[in-house]
Amino acid sequence: MVSSPDRPLDTIPRLVAHHAQNRPDSAAFREKEFGIWQSWSWRQTASEIDALALGFLDIGVNAGDHIAIIGRNRPYLYWAMVAAQSVGAIPVPLYQDAVAEEMAYVIEHCSARFIVAQDQEQVDKIIDVKEELSGVEQIIFLDPRGMRKYERALLTEYSVLQAQGRENEAKLRPELDKRLAAQSGADTCAMLYTSGTTGRPKGVVLSNDNIIMTSKASCSFDGLRADDSVLAYLPMAWVGDFIFSVGQASWSGFCVACPESSDTMQHDLREIGPTYFFAPPRYFEGVLTSVMIRMEDAGDLKRVMFKHFMEFARTVGPDILDGKPVGLGKRLKYALGNLLVYGPLKNSLGLSRVRVGYTAGEAIGPEIFDFYRSLGINLKQLYGQTEASVFITQQPDGQVRSDTVGVASPGVELKIADNGEVFYRSPGTFVEYYKNPESTKSTKDTEGWVATGDAGFIEKDTDHLRIIDRAKDVGKMKDGSLFAPKYVENKLKFFPNILETVVFGDGRDSCMAMINIDLQAVGNWAERNNIAYSSYQELAAHVDVYATIQQHVEDVNASLAADEMLAGCQVSRFLVLHKELDADDGELTRTRKVRRSVIEDKYKDLIDALYGGKTEIYTETEVTYEDGSKGSIAATLEIRDVRRVAREEKAA
Amino acid sequence: MTVSQDAAVQETITPDGRTIGGVLMEMRNITLRFGGVVAIEDISFDIRQGEIRAIIGPNGAGKSSMLNVINGFYHPQDGEVWYKGAIRGPMRPHQIAAQGIARTFQNIALFHGMSTLDNIMTGRLTHMKTGMLSQSVWFGRAQREETENRAFAERIIDFLEIQSIRKTPVGRLPYGLQKRVELGRALAAEPSLLLLDEPMAGMNVEEKEDMSRFILDVNDEFGTTIALIEHDMGVVMDLADRVVVMDYGRKIGDGSPEEVRNNKAVIDAYLGVSSD
Repeated sequence: MVSSPDRPLDTIPRLVAHHAQNRPDSAAFREKEFGIWQSWSWRQTASEIDALALGFLDIGVNAGDHIAIIGRNRPYLYWAMVAAQSVGAIPVPLYQDAVAEEMAYVIEHCSARFIVAQDQEQVDKIIDVKEELSGVEQIIFLDPRGMRKYERALLTEYSVLQAQGRENEAKLRPELDKRLAAQSGADTCAMLYTSGTTGRPKGVVLSNDNIIMTSKASCSFDGLRADDSVLAYLPMAWVGDFIFSVGQASWSGFCVACPESSDTMQHDLREIGPTYFFAPPRYFEGVLTSVMIRMEDAGDLKRVMFKHFMEFARTVGPDILDGKPVGLGKRLKYALGNLLVYGPLKNSLGLSRVRVGYTAGEAIGPEIFDFYRSLGINLKQLYGQTEASVFITQQPDGQVRSDTVGVASPGVELKIADNGEVFYRSPGTFVEYYKNPESTKSTKDTEGWVATGDAGFIEKDTDHLRIIDRAKDVGKMKDGSLFAPKYVENKLKFFPNILETVVFGDGRDSCMAMINIDLQAVGNWAERNNIAYSSYQELAAHVDVYATIQQHVEDVNASLAADEMLAGCQVSRFLVLHKELDADDGELTRTRKVRRSVIEDKYKDLIDALYGGKTEIYTETEVTYEDGSKGSIAATLEIRDVRRVAREEKAA
Repeated sequence: MTVSQDAAVQETITPDGRTIGGVLMEMRNITLRFGGVVAIEDISFDIRQGEIRAIIGPNGAGKSSMLNVINGFYHPQDGEVWYKGAIRGPMRPHQIAAQGIARTFQNIALFHGMSTLDNIMTGRLTHMKTGMLSQSVWFGRAQREETENRAFAERIIDFLEIQSIRKTPVGRLPYGLQKRVELGRALAAEPSLLLLDEPMAGMNVEEKEDMSRFILDVNDEFGTTIALIEHDMGVVMDLADRVVVMDYGRKIGDGSPEEVRNNKAVIDAYLGVSSD
């Protein structure tokens, strides 16, 4: 590898060469295989990448080509990305669980000539759609299993390609050196396709400068060092994984560990004990649930101890973590709790060594968030997107709260438009959407401000950003105050008893809520309180259930009242629906997101009743059974008024 | 030792590109009786190197007995069993174990309290040569041997994609996974002939598909010859190169899945014959 000392460290291959020179024997990658953690030093990593880069040259990869990379997190595939960059090509990681047609679209869109695929499953998918892919010349595969009989004209094994590169080194070396020397920070580092909830996925072009400046800033923000470690388990096609496992790892030189398989992630996490960890809120939610279930089954002593110390931890744990003053007696008790409960628990979750933990993507329930922080795990929130090379805002140590997403990341400027939409400008701001100047123009203006599509506001006294909702979903109430249905709905859904809810109020003078109870949680409660019920409908209409839900709504109102901007969204009246919202009835999407317009239309009578001041309403609703046949259910629903907290009241 | 005349059967290439070699095992006029009950009556067929050979038939047709004859657990009263070019006489259990035939059972026979890994390691026992004493101090050759065998077991775990249950006691695993572990244990013995007794019994569609994939992969990757008994006709027709059909202890059909499917006697045995 060529790396002249006078060159700036402005590309990933140069960073890798830099580490190979300065810390040749430290681990760069680990992967569990055959039950043992294998590891590759920076020197070995550089040499593997070098061989593959030579191999790429040997099969005729040109500068500017796109190379699609498909598979689960494996060191070899990360090397393929850097090898592609070394020869001036652009790595395009794809989601491994995408169906063949989706893959075909992306591969065709970036006109990839070469594809690096992990195994037979991925190769099969590509072969399935081969007819649509005019440009693909070679598929390089990693795991030969099951492909012994495959037609070889189109296929090359990864290790064979590396050997081929090494063999022809004399011939290829000058070309590789030339290409490496020609690169600069302005060149494209990678192209990542956004999943595209609406329309076709878009290819986000990120330059070396985008990735490296962002990595540099975020590494210093959290003090990430060469002796840190991460577990790379989130999809390689996701910008977060690219920043953590390629950008930041190459910048600070920490070790990236890859799990043995997706099923063993939890186990591998525990063995590696990463110091830097990211997971989406649903991961933390799932782990917490399984801990709680396991504790239910534990012996009496353990259960009592867990309950006692966890309650105590909630009172002082976060303060200790934030370095706030806490009395000696409490500190000693916390230390005892750490010895008996928190330490062993963190260890079994694989989070013992986590120094910096992040979650993002959606709102996380405050009690879930607090649970981890009270254990002494430095879990924080960030807000980001592909177009920003992840980081837009993040929470500094000591200023961590569940309801904000933090302050602007280093180098990021924020502004809030009149309609509440958040705009940012940063060194990480993407270059363009590939072959899509229209979308580029509508997202990024001439001054470099990018629209996030999310509405939010910046807290005056702390500078923290709070995200309310998708900008297009945020409306105005009649009196002009902000209406953010999802924000209110999320607050309601944080109560375990509430499974789903739809809040109305756009253009109206007050907010109304329709609520689905969580049959499991409420059913459990009913069982313990000897309340007999035969169906969802019956339980939902129970007077005690109504009382509980009313209490929840009032709690939400109180917390909304504390927010100047959202106080207008307090719920005035609610009802508990007689049926569960269902994707079969078109009320939810398949990913369980509420279809507001469908519901508005279908339950028009209920909405009218809510706004019409009635106290009960008779309704008949069509339902679709799983076999596709239709029926209808009828019910008389009670509508309740809820106490709202006046704005003046809060001031008093 | 007499060499079977058929050992020199020409190599053939299957439509999907696998090479089927000469005869590995041949049954000649086998008859097996339990007292007055004739379980197998005058059956002859062969199993060729590298093929997947299925034995099918209605309940009580004598399939499992046939499997026990193949692996040497039963010795037939009449007929000859030719294995690897020689006639095989009655054997003692350790000889049976050492001949390179591994099997799985219709009703899973794993050590329930032991982990997946340990169960698979038991399949390596025939490959361990060091004595109990040197193994107990775990030194020198014994240590090396254990490491090698563990590495082999890990390759099987990787092959069968059961890494996540490596340390789980098999008693806690769902049925489909137990079947897979049992296959793993049989593979650990590096058999030259693998016998599968109803590998898909009691499985759901997805588990069946997985198991079919593994059987094909084992055959393809390791070149292992496989003889299997199976009820699920769809599975058999997809997997097997050749099929033997048994009914009431007799062979009523033998040939490619296509031939067997069109064989009148087979259709009658499976669907019944109308009386008129």
